[in-house]
Amino acid sequence: MTVDTSLVPRRGRGTELVLLLFAAGIATGAYVAVDLGALGRVPPNALAYLGGLLLIAGTAHVIVRRWAPHADPVILPLVVTLNGLGLAMIHRLDLADAEAARQAGEAIPRAAAPVQLTWMVVGVALFVLVLVLVPDYRVLSRYAYTAGVLGIVLLLLPLVPGLGYDIRGAQIWISIGPMNFQPGEAAKIVLIVAFAAYLVRTKDALAHAGRRVLGIDLPRARDLGPILVVWLMALGILAFERDLGPSLLLFGVFVVMIYVATERFSWIVVGAALFVVGGLAANAVFGHVQARIDGWLDPFADVDRFGQIVQSLYGLAYGGEIGTGLGRGRPDLVPFAVSDFIAAAFGEELGLTGLMAIIVIYALLVSRGLRAALVLRDPFGKLLAAGLATVLLLQVFIVIGGVTKLIPLTGLTTPFLSLGGSSLVMNWVLVALLMRLSDAARRPAPIPAPVRVDEAVTQVVKLQ
Amino acid sequence: MNGPIRKVAAGCMVLVAALLVNVTYVQAFQAEELNQRSDNRRVLLDEYARERGPILVGDTPVAQSVRTDDEFAYLRQYPSAAIYAPATGYYTIIFGRSAVERAENEILAGTDDRLFARRLVDLVTNRERKGGGIRLTLDPAAQQAAFEALGDNKGAVVALDPRTGAILAMVSKPSFDPNPLASHNLAEQQDAWEALQADDDKPALNRVIAQTLPPGSVFKIVTAATALESGRYQPESTVPGPAEYDLPQSTNTLPNQSGEPCGTGAEQLTTLTNALRVSCNTAFAFLGNDLGDDALRDQAERFGFNAEPMADEDLNAATSAFPTELDLPQTALSAIGQFDVRATPLQIAMVSAGVANGGVVMDPYLVDEILGPDIVTVLDKTEPEELSRAVSTQTARELTAMMVEVVEEGTGQNAQMDGIQVAGKTGTAQTTPDRPPYAWFTSFAPADDPQVAVAVVVEEAPDTARNDIGGGRLAAPIARDVMAAVLGR
Repeated sequence: MTVDTSLVPRRGRGTELVLLLFAAGIATGAYVAVDLGALGRVPPNALAYLGGLLLIAGTAHVIVRRWAPHADPVILPLVVTLNGLGLAMIHRLDLADAEAARQAGEAIPRAAAPVQLTWMVVGVALFVLVLVLVPDYRVLSRYAYTAGVLGIVLLLLPLVPGLGYDIRGAQIWISIGPMNFQPGEAAKIVLIVAFAAYLVRTKDALAHAGRRVLGIDLPRARDLGPILVVWLMALGILAFERDLGPSLLLFGVFVVMIYVATERFSWIVVGAALFVVGGLAANAVFGHVQARIDGWLDPFADVDRFGQIVQSLYGLAYGGEIGTGLGRGRPDLVPFAVSDFIAAAFGEELGLTGLMAIIVIYALLVSRGLRAALVLRDPFGKLLAAGLATVLLLQVFIVIGGVTKLIPLTGLTTPFLSLGGSSLVMNWVLVALLMRLSDAARRPAPIPAPVRVDEAVTQVVKLQ
Repeated sequence: MNGPIRKVAAGCMVLVAALLVNVTYVQAFQAEELNQRSDNRRVLLDEYARERGPILVGDTPVAQSVRTDDEFAYLRQYPSAAIYAPATGYYTIIFGRSAVERAENEILAGTDDRLFARRLVDLVTNRERKGGGIRLTLDPAAQQAAFEALGDNKGAVVALDPRTGAILAMVSKPSFDPNPLASHNLAEQQDAWEALQADDDKPALNRVIAQTLPPGSVFKIVTAATALESGRYQPESTVPGPAEYDLPQSTNTLPNQSGEPCGTGAEQLTTLTNALRVSCNTAFAFLGNDLGDDALRDQAERFGFNAEPMADEDLNAATSAFPTELDLPQTALSAIGQFDVRATPLQIAMVSAGVANGGVVMDPYLVDEILGPDIVTVLDKTEPEELSRAVSTQTARELTAMMVEVVEEGTGQNAQMDGIQVAGKTGTAQTTPDRPPYAWFTSFAPADDPQVAVAVVVEEAPDTARNDIGGGRLAAPIARDVMAAVLGR
């Protein structure tokens, strides 16, 4: 008599498949709704589009079945939903651009949605690759310094003359032949791996209490080295690449990870203090930071100068509670609607209801990552999962908070929604790591043998 | 590490909650305020996406929207260009709107509550929303006649139906073409706007209602009305009419236009009727001081002075003024419509119309009917309203007879019409020596059954020598043409 593995908890792969069908359905529905709203017809290739999405999602699903069978079944469908909604909105903005060009008598610009779809395929390919090539995430913990150096190199690449160039003032792009890439998106993940690996080794030292101030045990001065390095790195991004969002993101996620690693709240205090100092300094030194804050405090004081946030708010207001309907609003009136301001486009056409749903999808995704962090037993895995989940949430908060005027505007993409290959592809890699981590978290412990008789009656035992 | 991870999770939840609360605030609570901001292009595009209702004169549209193939789905067109511009106003994307386009915007744009039932039907049947129509009171024949008669002169013509207050003609010159201002080519729109603003003659100014000028001798109707209403004077009462009136408390004198006395005999006495007929400055200056500035002001206000006409402030009607606290020389000058007395052509037409309508001034109005989107259903029709009783029926009858004398035997003979008795009064208002006088004429006809009251002012007449500018010569023929058009002659 042997005990079969069907004793283990549900893997949920069937659930994942059903949810993926829903996700592909939502994505295709959005695509059809865009054409119905803007052009008054069902897109002729709607079924092919659905088929394509099912093929992409199905491939990912099959790989997960084989390579991460215990992974959380909700993560992949949530990501496919977001990616699909993003594709629909990018297509919608393509239609608006085409209409504007037609009215102006200009040549119709190249559509961005097919490009984004291509990047989605690349993203899923990398997702597959990560799952196949990294069967055990723990190998990553060996590469603390390699990853750290790689992350810094990636961050510095856009500053290399002849390779990097700037778009809208932010020096965060590199160009290799016909390909453009934001290495910062890759650096984000590599650095989180490096942080996790590094903090696992040093957490005990960093947890030593130093001086006690106002009831809080501050860290020892000599342990401040790492956080200062990351702080300077963040300030460096701000100073040399003129990009506020990634700078904030990087520092924020490091502070959270050091807190999780050391279980000492004082690190949050230290992080907040450094943030305030850095923020004030940046505000004093860089004009673009001051402008962002002015635009946040009172955008209507200068509608021309703060046109982005003003138009974003107008779009959101125009959408109201239930939105204009896909294809029926004017999201193209918001500058950069397709990248930084895509949340405003959703707020306009899907309304408060739709935008809230999107925020909740992100929240679910993050909660799944944090759940993996809670359940995992090894510190590296816990730190990595917490770091990846936190970076996703911080990014969503910074960008959606920015376009809805909750916080000052910073340049960041909205994960999975915004147009942009680097961001989309690297977020798929991030999700692959989360899947790998949740697979480990949910994998049952080795079956203890022998089974005690009194417990055996409660178990399903299959006789062969 | 699970403790901190739980706290991080709680922190994440707080951030998500903050996002949700904030978008709710923006999209549900702040939305209305944001949607009403004037620089919000979406609202404008929304308005353009609906077919804006026409503005009609009779059954002919003078402003209408036609489908186009650009971002602004409907183009506003003004088929008669400049003729009706003072009434319709302009409708621009960048610079807002004016006159009826502005005052009746909610109807034309289809957002007025009176169109509510229709909107519900449209919602259910999924038909495109469409604005309601506006039918003006203007009489196309009168408007056309006034536009042509005023020619290239700078000035204004207004005609009222004295029985209702309906405005039958409203012409202001120079006028402007609202079509380029409605252009969807924003550069063209901008150019047209800048040209309009740069023009020293202010073509966009509606001189009928928005500009006050010294009325000069046409104001003598008000002074005569004050005298008759006082009960101390009859049309045949005599007053001194010397060549020059010695202004009290002053060494200055006020001469007659002709330099001759208008009275006869040793005391140079003249009747009121005769004084009005020849527009005798000295006699009316004497009357002014005899009646006092309070009585003059009271009478002027009962004709509509010192109160904003045409209640809808979107039309930007200017208030005609009879000044307060006058000394004796100022009172004498005010009695002949000089000093600081200022009036719009509409106000002067209201004086004539009040006399014509048995002493009752009707509230002037420009919008006759508000129509549904089908341009057939009448949603609302303006009911004529009394503004005030200016003079008694008796006084009105006497003033009419005196004004008939002006046209038949006096300064207003150029307004005579075959077979129709016309009552009128000329005016030639002096201002500064460096500019020509304002030539006024106001009249109504037929005198025994008034159907039209007119006021004309010519500010500048490029083809007329300065000395020939006068109400009788320049303005009276224009008034005659307009009256003839209304009466179908």
